Amino acid sequence: MDDSRAAVLALEDGTVLRGKGFGAPTDVSGEVVFNTSMIGYPELLTDPSYFRQIVVMTYPILGSYGVPSFSISDKHGIPLHYESDSIKIKGYVIHTLSNPSHWSSDEGLDEWLTEENVPGIRGLDTRALTRRIRSKGTMLGFLKVSEASVTDEEVAVRLQKLVDPNEDDLVRSVTTAEPIHYVNNSDSTLVLVDCGVKYGILRNLLETGVNVVRVPYDSSVDDILEFEPSGIVISNGPGDPKKCRTTIETASRLLQTDIPILGICLGMQILALAAGGDTYKLKFGHRAVNHPCLDLKTGRCYITTQNHGYSVIPSSIDQTQFEVRFLNANDKTVEGIQHKNKKAVGVQWHPESSPGPYDTQFLFEQFVRESMKG
Amino acid sequence: MKIKGLDKVIIIGSGAIKIGEAGEFDYSTSQAIKALREEGIETIVVNPNIATIHTDKKFADKVYSVPIRKEFVEEILAKERPQGILLGFGGQTALNCGMELAESGILEKYAVQVLGTSINSIEMADNRELFKTTMVANGIPVPKSRKASDLASALEAARQIGYPVIVRVAYTLGGQGSGVAFDDGKLKEIAQRGLAYSRIQQILVEEYLDKWKEVEYEVMRDHDDNCTIVCNMENMDPMGIHTGDSIVVAPSQTLTNREYNILRTTAQRVIRALGIIGECNIQFALDPRSEQFRVIEVNSRLSRSSALASKATGYPIAYIAAKLSIGYALPELANRMTGVTTACFEPSLDYIVVKAPRWDFRKFRRVSNEIGTQMKSVGEVMAIGRCFEEAIQKAIRMLDLRRELTDVDDLGRSWRRIKRELQEPTDQRVFYVVKALKSGFTVDEVSKLSGIDPWFLDKFLNILRGETELKQRGFCKETVGESKILGFSDRKIGRLVRRSEEDVRQFRKTEHIIPCTKQIDTLAAEWPANTNYLYLTYGGTEDDLPFVDQDKVVVLGSGCYRIGSSVEFDWCCVNMGLALRKPRRQVIMVNCNPETVSTDFDVLDKLYFEELTIERILDIIDKEKPKGVVLSVGGQTPNNLAPGLAQHVTILGTSPVSIDTAEDRSKFGLLLDRLGIDQPEWSKLETLEGAAKFADKIGYPVLIRPSYVLSGAAMNVAFDEPQMIQYIREASRISKEYPVVISKFVTGAREVEADGVSDGENVFIGAVIEHVENAGVHSGDATMSIPTITIKEGSRERIMDYARRIAKALVIKGPFNIQFLVKNGEVQVIECNLRASRSMPFVSKMTGTNLMDLAAKAIMGEKIPDGEGKATGFGVKAPQFSFTRLDKADPVTGVEMVSTGEVACFGDNFQDAFITALIASNFYVPRRGDSVLITMGKTRRGIIPYAKMLAENGYRIYSTRHTAEELSEVGIESTILYKVREKKSPNILDYITSGRIKLVINIPSHEEDAESRLVLRDEYVIRRRAAEFGIPVVTNLELAQALVRSLISYNRNAGPLTPAGHEGPPTGSQRSDPSATSHIAKLRSGPSRIPVTALAEG
Repeated sequence: MDDSRAAVLALEDGTVLRGKGFGAPTDVSGEVVFNTSMIGYPELLTDPSYFRQIVVMTYPILGSYGVPSFSISDKHGIPLHYESDSIKIKGYVIHTLSNPSHWSSDEGLDEWLTEENVPGIRGLDTRALTRRIRSKGTMLGFLKVSEASVTDEEVAVRLQKLVDPNEDDLVRSVTTAEPIHYVNNSDSTLVLVDCGVKYGILRNLLETGVNVVRVPYDSSVDDILEFEPSGIVISNGPGDPKKCRTTIETASRLLQTDIPILGICLGMQILALAAGGDTYKLKFGHRAVNHPCLDLKTGRCYITTQNHGYSVIPSSIDQTQFEVRFLNANDKTVEGIQHKNKKAVGVQWHPESSPGPYDTQFLFEQFVRESMKG
Repeated sequence: MKIKGLDKVIIIGSGAIKIGEAGEFDYSTSQAIKALREEGIETIVVNPNIATIHTDKKFADKVYSVPIRKEFVEEILAKERPQGILLGFGGQTALNCGMELAESGILEKYAVQVLGTSINSIEMADNRELFKTTMVANGIPVPKSRKASDLASALEAARQIGYPVIVRVAYTLGGQGSGVAFDDGKLKEIAQRGLAYSRIQQILVEEYLDKWKEVEYEVMRDHDDNCTIVCNMENMDPMGIHTGDSIVVAPSQTLTNREYNILRTTAQRVIRALGIIGECNIQFALDPRSEQFRVIEVNSRLSRSSALASKATGYPIAYIAAKLSIGYALPELANRMTGVTTACFEPSLDYIVVKAPRWDFRKFRRVSNEIGTQMKSVGEVMAIGRCFEEAIQKAIRMLDLRRELTDVDDLGRSWRRIKRELQEPTDQRVFYVVKALKSGFTVDEVSKLSGIDPWFLDKFLNILRGETELKQRGFCKETVGESKILGFSDRKIGRLVRRSEEDVRQFRKTEHIIPCTKQIDTLAAEWPANTNYLYLTYGGTEDDLPFVDQDKVVVLGSGCYRIGSSVEFDWCCVNMGLALRKPRRQVIMVNCNPETVSTDFDVLDKLYFEELTIERILDIIDKEKPKGVVLSVGGQTPNNLAPGLAQHVTILGTSPVSIDTAEDRSKFGLLLDRLGIDQPEWSKLETLEGAAKFADKIGYPVLIRPSYVLSGAAMNVAFDEPQMIQYIREASRISKEYPVVISKFVTGAREVEADGVSDGENVFIGAVIEHVENAGVHSGDATMSIPTITIKEGSRERIMDYARRIAKALVIKGPFNIQFLVKNGEVQVIECNLRASRSMPFVSKMTGTNLMDLAAKAIMGEKIPDGEGKATGFGVKAPQFSFTRLDKADPVTGVEMVSTGEVACFGDNFQDAFITALIASNFYVPRRGDSVLITMGKTRRGIIPYAKMLAENGYRIYSTRHTAEELSEVGIESTILYKVREKKSPNILDYITSGRIKLVINIPSHEEDAESRLVLRDEYVIRRRAAEFGIPVVTNLELAQALVRSLISYNRNAGPLTPAGHEGPPTGSQRSDPSATSHIAKLRSGPSRIPVTALAEG
């Protein structure tokens, strides 16, 4: 590790934190968010939902089991430890960087970030930083790793130029360009609308034995129906759901068919918007692997993986054909919606987990089963 | 929702503290009581562990200080008629008792519902065979194993399983005869030996998970099948070293997300397969080279690990488990840290926790210091940091070994020695790991030899690099700052750069290198938490909370449990803390022991889970600016900080000068001389020649006593000069800065103690306690009685007078304990401790006057009444030993303490209380017709009349030829057994091993000549074998005499006894309904009747 590198993280409220640099000697800006999971950084770093975000880890030791080999994969060739083909976050903010130790590890976290041109800052009081974000809300910020220490003047100038990534259509950058077919030799095919889909969703869907076609987020209804899907999944993805105008439009037309639909995370928000509901930006989002979600129908509570900055306004659902099915047991935000008379459901959390608990993976099987009945 | 109609619940405790069952159950039971009382449920606790906090009036509604045995519990059920019973909070003891109650139909008879995990589920988790079948049926991998009854089937089993395999022998203790085989040749050898050892000619050939990672999950489940993982923990030491003896980190460090969640999901499947409701601990072995794993074991109850996990995460596992047991579902319960979020979640940590075990092998004679699959540690500490380096260094300091992690220069240097320590671990393991890395072993080499994952070793290297850096770059802001982040103490930094600890501290403060205060909030700051559960770290820049100027008092806890300092001091700390609480005062606890109630963040106003070192206490004081510090209630660890802290902060209570006068044996001797108080002749050690001359003058045996020690560390009786010189060397090593004193060892004297409190003028004596054993047995190992049994009124008055004079002379403001010798009507003072003593919970509960309540007043400058505690009936406190657990340890008592715990029971007379206490300390009380083995040295003929009493009362006496001859001279018939070394049958060892002998009375000989050495060896083998087979061994003459007298008296008496009541108003002798003593009939063949009495009523 090159200890001589300096690093600075500055927030829009004027907070300037200096630490040691790791990863790539470059500078980035983005939305600064925190995540409280203690494990699963390879999955987290490659999760497209973090696109253009600078992620602060509350757990203080990172890199412990290194960077697993990309070649460790399931029978469809989808890597088991990754959620996309590259690091999606803009910058990484941690307390301590550990040397790796694990049989599956190819290299260290430092090398990986360097290769992927992503800067990291270490040695920060990430708990203090998290408390700041929690009380002030998510902020924009910039992160720079360099040989020489960054001057206060440069910091000030850079802070003037911060741009909110959520103003952009982020999904465009992380969706697939062309449809991709994953063949399972099944009679049934699911269409997966890729808003920045995590590999975990793919792994789980394919595990059920169906064929999957992963299509661009701006595919038209006709494009989708051409695959004669038995079910449609709208994936997770980054940013403000309202920026996905085409997808919302498509979803609302799909809701008029009888094809079962599952929306995950951003996908659920898109479903809600398509049905006439509304969304809002959370103060500091949900990014964790320990959030309890209560099934209002059964009373059961599941531990879930979460990664979202936006949420569905509960009262807005009342005017739609949907009803709220799941609530976050901690802050009572909407965690799941269900169509009153169609097979359309949305969950705000990540049933595919990765990283996180497998408690709700059964949803995929359930959904596929429903689709087959079609 | 709460089960309807539940308004009275009985909770079974864990009894005395022993290796494997310690203070963690005081914590879990106190949490259960809290959870139930909030619901308006009346709680009845059965636990004879008098030193626990949950057996206080402040906690349980009613306490029965009786043995945790079926017969006793049945009587309580009959009397109290509770609707429900909790079995999961008192360790294996409670679980076993519950199983017996269920099997014998007693629970059904009294319509008592088992709350939480059902008897069926307990059985499924506990019974190895049933457990394996259940797991296999559910597709959950367990270690492959097969039974074999001959060589051919053993080889076949190994072929099926695959090498390496471990051979376990059926029905042996301590893993005798077992071994690991990597090939057929070795297996043949081990299997042959094993088959010979086994009583039923059976061995178990099991897959050997050599150096697999050991990982634990703490799992909660409610009756709605909601299931969460509170914490996972990774053992630094791999499979093969008991988790209780391993260094453990939370959360796991070297597991990928997949590994973590594969095990997590399996943990859920396991708890569901077993149908557990509440909490359980699941142990996994994980292959360090693949994702393969095995489920090793499930504890279907609260455990040491669950207490650790509670403290590590801030999630009150026992409290929530109790709520689940009475019918609640997880989502119905709140996370107490935030008050708004739910308890149905999984804590996220933003720090790392390191648990380290403490062994006390040095206390024992002949003991093996190897560690392995059986737990041998007597206590543990938990350290919290923002990196592993910081946390492990803190943990090692918390162990109070007078050694820091990198202090390894004095360890064996040879590569062979280091290699052996890595491969065959002992209590020195962690230091040898550091030593190896420091000596040039590579991380890979150390990892291969020790099985420790390179991740940990890399961190040790970081620490060593920090040390080198500091030495090379010198003392400057950068190096000091880096060193602090890596967890180095000021003292260690000072030693490395040749500066005093104080210099380093001053430098740090000038350079603003100070630790910051962080909260433990279960949610990694995601939610605002109003938590007062804190730690300090250099891995941060900002305090989590502001420090308000107000009336604050800091109470220092007792630190790591060890022999001589256990739950009794936690009782003192918690009671002191509670007594100090006032509307506008904040009481702050500092402690580092996860097995305590004092580290329950709910108990006092603020908790620092921190080191009890001068440096750390001063860090806390700099931030909190309290009115003062109480260090007189946590035993010797905080008391020893008095001199160092006194310069910086107000010590509340007795002045440090007085503490020094009492602790410094030489100053104390002079004080007694000045007061004209009699004491054994003494002399301060100046030179070895002087010592020899003095010893010659007063005559051997002499007692060698170092200053500032607890539990008789390095205290020894020397019978001749060479022995004396050896002991002096040991004592000087233990107490380097303070004097060693030599005094006359008075033989044949009674030992008496007075526990009291003084405000400087008025003196309140809680009780005068007499030991059953003569002086020479450490007070922690002595059986003691309130009131005294042989002390005459004149001596008693003198004792009271001496105590008052000493208290006034030292201007004691707080608790004190004075020890006396009484011989021929003469009273001598031998020791005075200006702090809470081990016996204070006993005295307080016996008399109903809580000495800590008085001490809190005295410490804060208020007046206390002059007087004396009043007791009705008799209370006897008996020690609990854990010799069985400690390979080769000689089960004898002496001036150094060796017991791990204690119980106290009550009765109308001494015999009642005494026998009940013995039963409660897991001592098998022999019945009429039982066989008793008596062996004695030349000087111990005092036992002969008692042997006669036994014989006349229907006990069968066995002895060796020599003893038999002496017995026959007085007309006692005994069966002669061959001595161990005679190797002929009928041999003593056969009789012990087969369980025919029910009691061994062996009064050890003193070392005199060559012949007696052989005798000594023989006696040791007898005692040791008896201990291994759970046969009680009495090695003290007076104890043997008391036992025999009590047995005879029980056998003679037949009428019902009146039970005595204790604690409560002075008049409150709650006489229980005589009909309630119905179990007595069932015990008639043994001790006749045991009163069952509630301790605290109302």
